[in-house]
Amino acid sequence: MHSFFLATGIALVVLMILSLLRALIGPTILDRILGGNVIGTKTTVLLLLIGLLYDDLGMFVDISIAYALLNFIATLGATKFFLRRLDVFMEKQEQEESS
Amino acid sequence: MTILSILAAILILLGLFFFFAGTVGILRLPDFYTRLHAAGKCDSLAAMLMICGIAIYNLQPFSFAALLISLKLFLVAAFVFIANPTATHAITEAALVLGVKPWKRTEKKRP
Repeated sequence: MHSFFLATGIALVVLMILSLLRALIGPTILDRILGGNVIGTKTTVLLLLIGLLYDDLGMFVDISIAYALLNFIATLGATKFFLRRLDVFMEKQEQEESS
Repeated sequence: MTILSILAAILILLGLFFFFAGTVGILRLPDFYTRLHAAGKCDSLAAMLMICGIAIYNLQPFSFAALLISLKLFLVAAFVFIANPTATHAITEAALVLGVKPWKRTEKKRP
């Protein structure tokens, strides 16, 4: 089972790199927020897998809870921020449409 | 290999499949709302399946401490299942207010 968890973790890291690609090339700001949110969810699971690999799941569960809470608050905060800074978003969209 | 190990492996592989499908959707779909649809699957269902699989595997040498850790893991799964759709809903509302245009079939260019 040890090598199975290792392979699952490596596959998750590859999928995280692919999600990072969307966060890098995303046309709008909201695409980047979405990519960051998905990477955070995968990190929550990956921390649990690391805990299984090191035979110390009791410690890594707490880190995972903290990361899930942080990811949720960060996504909500970024979304609210760009809702208030409407002018910044619209300027960026107009630039992309004109270019 | 006990029955619990096989059940945990099946749950983890299912979760990995849904993560893969969600990531392919995030990379390939044409506009923001469809990508959000793919990411919603990836955020709620796949994460819950994988966390439940890890919790079931952790129960194996049964003890009280392992039971407490598994209970905590099921609480993480419940929190992820509530919080991530809320975050997805908030992003959708922001996109609607900011005026991101949906993709139409007639448009040739794929953003």
